[in-house]
Amino acid sequence: MSEQADAPLIIGDEKFDSRLIMGTGGAANLEILERALVASGTELTTVALRRVDVTGGTGLLDLLRRLGIRVLPNTAGCRTAAEAVLTARLAREALETDLVKLEVVADERTLLPDPVELLDAAEQLVDDGFTVLPYTNDDPVLSRKLEQAGCAAVMPLGSPIGTGLGIRNPHNIEMIVAEAGVPVVLDAGIGTASEAALAMELGCSAVLLATAVTRAADPERMATAMRRGVEAGWAARHAGRIPRRYWAHASSPEPDPA
Amino acid sequence: MLNGANHEIEGEPVLARVLADAGVPERGVAVAVDGAVVPRASWGEHRISEGARVEVLTAVQGG
Repeated sequence: MSEQADAPLIIGDEKFDSRLIMGTGGAANLEILERALVASGTELTTVALRRVDVTGGTGLLDLLRRLGIRVLPNTAGCRTAAEAVLTARLAREALETDLVKLEVVADERTLLPDPVELLDAAEQLVDDGFTVLPYTNDDPVLSRKLEQAGCAAVMPLGSPIGTGLGIRNPHNIEMIVAEAGVPVVLDAGIGTASEAALAMELGCSAVLLATAVTRAADPERMATAMRRGVEAGWAARHAGRIPRRYWAHASSPEPDPA
Repeated sequence: MLNGANHEIEGEPVLARVLADAGVPERGVAVAVDGAVVPRASWGEHRISEGARVEVLTAVQGG
């Protein structure tokens, strides 16, 4: 999806000035998470849904409310469309948002999306009025089908969740971007800031990451790096890079004759 | 069963009462009974049957 250089990110009915979507998973404690979220400049942050501990709340929602960060509930841990649809409905009830990061993974070892269950769940949730952001394989065909199903964005992986292997198939990401009529959010696999920048240079509208920041030695500093990486990649994408040449091309004038 | 643990109900088996007795906060949670979402607006009249599985969920850290 091509966008103006100064346009905000638009997902469904919601506008975002930041193009870095953060995950909250993996942070050692809420204080570290808060510093990282603030440094990242994020306006949208994922949460998971789990059994409530009546002996004391997690404080996570209070933190996000205080920071003015919108909540993007995920369906992490779901293996079937039915599980994901139920989790999404519970999330909407608990968090009063129609946004959902739809995750339906095939197995624990790869955490790769199960394409059949994913598409089934996406169709059901769109019908149910959700703003669906599916975590998907880096597959242009599946991405197209998710968009046709009515998803508000597509979120292809760079590499498997938590691996930090970066973007293993940049060409696929470019093909997804070239065809998409909705924002493409690079989700999963980012390890460092240059990879976040690359995602944006490939034409993605945003980057979603968690582990790369929350499990970095210095999460706050890495969050700053990621914010700058996303901004740099976005600016470079819209600045019009030079063509690649085979031979050198001097930038200084020809030497004066002897 | 409430979140996987046995839970005795005293008095009226109405969902809102059961949740209050268990100390569940009113905001930021969602409830499923036997695998179906029970909207907050229905908690006051939703009756729990013997052996029902009640799941109460909230937001936690996650990617």
